[in-house]
Amino acid sequence: MSAALAALPRGFLARYEAGGGRLSGDRAARAAAARALAAGFPGPHDEAWRYTSLRPLAEHAWAEPPVATPDPAALLARFDAIDAPRIVFVNGGWREDLSRPPAHWRRPDRAGARPGTLARPEREPMVALNTLFAEDGALIELPAGVDGGTVLLLHLALGTAEAPFACHPRHRIRLGAGARLALVEASVGEGVYLHNPVTEILLGEHAVLSHARLQDEAAGGFHLATLYGTLARGAHYDGFLLALGARLSRAEAHVTLEGEGGRVHLNGGQLLAGTQHADFTSVVRHAAPACASRQTVKSVLGGMARGVFQGRIEVAREAQKTDGYQRAQALLLSPDAEVDIKPELEIFADDVKCSHGATVGALDAEQIFYLRSRGIPAAEARAMLVRGFLAEALADIAAGPARTMLEQAVELWWRRQQP
Amino acid sequence: MPAVEETLAVVAATTGSGYKWGFETEIDMDLAPAGLSADTVRLISARKGEPEWLLEWRLKALAAWQGMDEPHWARLHHPPIDYQAIHYYAAPRRKPGPASLAEVDPALLRTYEKLGIPLSERAILAGVEASGGERAPMAVDAVFDSVSVATTFRETLARAGVIFCPISEAVREHPELVRRYLGSVVPAGDNYFAALNSAVFTDGSFVFIPRGVRCPMELSTYFRINARNTGQFERTLIIAEAGAEVSYLEGCTAPMRDENQLHAAVVELVALDEARIRYSTVQNWYPGDAEGRGGIYNFVTKRGACRGARSRISWTQVETGSAITWKYPSCILQGEESVGAFYSVALTSNFQQADTGTKMIHIGPRTRSTIVSKGISAGQSNNTYRGLVKILPRAAGARNHTQCDSLLIGDRCGAHTVPYIESRNPSARVEHEATTSKIAEDQLFYCRSRGLSQEDAVSLIVNGFCKEVLKELPMEFAVEAQKLLSVSLEGSVG
Repeated sequence: MSAALAALPRGFLARYEAGGGRLSGDRAARAAAARALAAGFPGPHDEAWRYTSLRPLAEHAWAEPPVATPDPAALLARFDAIDAPRIVFVNGGWREDLSRPPAHWRRPDRAGARPGTLARPEREPMVALNTLFAEDGALIELPAGVDGGTVLLLHLALGTAEAPFACHPRHRIRLGAGARLALVEASVGEGVYLHNPVTEILLGEHAVLSHARLQDEAAGGFHLATLYGTLARGAHYDGFLLALGARLSRAEAHVTLEGEGGRVHLNGGQLLAGTQHADFTSVVRHAAPACASRQTVKSVLGGMARGVFQGRIEVAREAQKTDGYQRAQALLLSPDAEVDIKPELEIFADDVKCSHGATVGALDAEQIFYLRSRGIPAAEARAMLVRGFLAEALADIAAGPARTMLEQAVELWWRRQQP
Repeated sequence: MPAVEETLAVVAATTGSGYKWGFETEIDMDLAPAGLSADTVRLISARKGEPEWLLEWRLKALAAWQGMDEPHWARLHHPPIDYQAIHYYAAPRRKPGPASLAEVDPALLRTYEKLGIPLSERAILAGVEASGGERAPMAVDAVFDSVSVATTFRETLARAGVIFCPISEAVREHPELVRRYLGSVVPAGDNYFAALNSAVFTDGSFVFIPRGVRCPMELSTYFRINARNTGQFERTLIIAEAGAEVSYLEGCTAPMRDENQLHAAVVELVALDEARIRYSTVQNWYPGDAEGRGGIYNFVTKRGACRGARSRISWTQVETGSAITWKYPSCILQGEESVGAFYSVALTSNFQQADTGTKMIHIGPRTRSTIVSKGISAGQSNNTYRGLVKILPRAAGARNHTQCDSLLIGDRCGAHTVPYIESRNPSARVEHEATTSKIAEDQLFYCRSRGLSQEDAVSLIVNGFCKEVLKELPMEFAVEAQKLLSVSLEGSVG
């Protein structure tokens, strides 16, 4: 491990030592997290962090978020069209004045203060960091049989290059048996900051959660999100993540299928340019029979961007009749872009159907030729093909506020790329 | 003989003894004291009468090895290896002077006979049973533990200008070639096991095919680990000059014993402009008994460099043996339009563990590679495919296609697939497909309803599953490989 990575957590730990006393909640959990962090951040020899280096984090001295925050109205305006209850966080803290909470939510009950049952600070360094500082977060609990409709969960970060800060919200979403919810989540911001959320999702029997996430952080922002999910019998988690912002981002998901007949979708899209780095890492654990998991990740990489997809499907001995599928597709638009893909199968049951496929390449020259022969200029032809590629990724999301939000984000990104 | 009957016959022959090739030969051994130090390296080098530069090179490798940690990233579990308890040098005693076949220790010859190696001219001319059609002659460089004792067909090869000899001889006779190419593909400090090998390798094969020559026969080396507690550290170096062509066969069996044996070989291939090297392996070392005791630990570094334009290197392997297999035959595709291929069948049963795959490093423009990997897990074994396809920025128009299939037989084994795909050139196309499944009930039913026993049906289906790889092997090897697959599965179907 390099000296920079070994030293990196020290700044955080020093800040925790200095101010930790006033943090509420489970002291033991925080102390354990501090111990886990003392070993340093993982380096390139750590298999889970082979392709993503946390070194750029060392360029800033991460402070606590400023007490007084500027007006986030401009950032909020993007979501005006979504007519749904909303829970809004600014710089990691809940903002009552901006929220229109749904019925089944509770005031962020110091979610971070209670150690979650799923998070593993000892295994995931960013989760340890979150555990050290987490104070706030959304807590949504739907009783059995309730349809929670659509809920918007927003995280707005307002920083400046002069005063970089880190925030570590801890969210928990719990659906009782047969409950349903469409959660639309977005992270946007300005300036330089580290957004390090941890989300725990517990789905009861036959509960259904559709979870669309938009990561459109500021160009100088860091987004390191970890999600843990556990599904009871027949539950369905339908996740989609669109990553197009942040200088460095990693979305890590650990989902366990604990009951028979569960279904998981962990789909994603990456749209990167400039020197952006985005990592999508997932582990789907089939611990019960007859579950299905589906994963399609599409990356469009321009400039000097680097896209990473690491997906692992684990099938336990008892998880017979597992149906697992993974697909990764990457489009490299520039000679300096890079993609790293590692789809991994780990299988201990024999009556399973698991497969993965990966393709990497440029835009199809024949397709460009086809369009150009019909009078479409080269640049436009390329644009059409890239859009087509992305549209496919979004096609699985049901029409509604989530789809609209993601499509608009793609449109916005696209406009940002035009000179 | 129909394939099924033949399989039955082979299975019958192995029941009782368990491992057909599990016997030991008693023969005088010349052992170095156990343990590894600069002195051990000096002793090996002195025994072999090596020049100073090679000793220096070995000592550098030893220093590198001493500064390294044993790698643990592979999905393999084994008790710690005590590198200081191993004898690093064992040579069969031999009389001075040229050893003709008549002078070779009769016990040794009997060992070869039991192995079915067609070492004598008669055996070669008679050909291998059950192979259809005519066979090309084959040259055998037999390695008995660490020192090559007999080599045939030297003259035919010499007429063609081909050098095929033990590497220790090459060091004496062709020092300029060895010095130029040794360690040029797998540097002495490349990895833990390669460094170990570089420090203590005792023998292996050296092949040099001069410009424009197509090697007149298939070249073959049989490895056999024999002495108790001697690690086997083979070093193979194959060089094909511009336009040259060679097919090299490597096959192994080893006697049954209780103690684990370490094997850390290094194979280096160099292909210059438009040269072709085909390297085929059937590996059937002792896998340990049904409870997982004993068996060979096989940590091998195999790498080929396609240095020249339009050169080709293909690795074909059938791995059924060893308790532990750690092996990633790789291709470095430097020359433009060079081609790499990896065809592999890895079968594990009982408590075997295999972590095997390949690396295809695309450096030159329009380089191409193909990977076909078939993993079969039975019993309580674990079988992992681990492969890297890397496209570097200069590799415009590079292509890779990877197909990796796993078959699970029984519910106590594991099959794992860990591909790494790293692309830094937009005009390159990389495709990867992987599937994991069990033997389909309908296929089994179909075979059973036509009168095949459960075991024959499975054997037939497994052979079909591996067909894409087996067809890449030279004929007589393919036959042996098919037999091996059936035998290795015996007892794990039920």
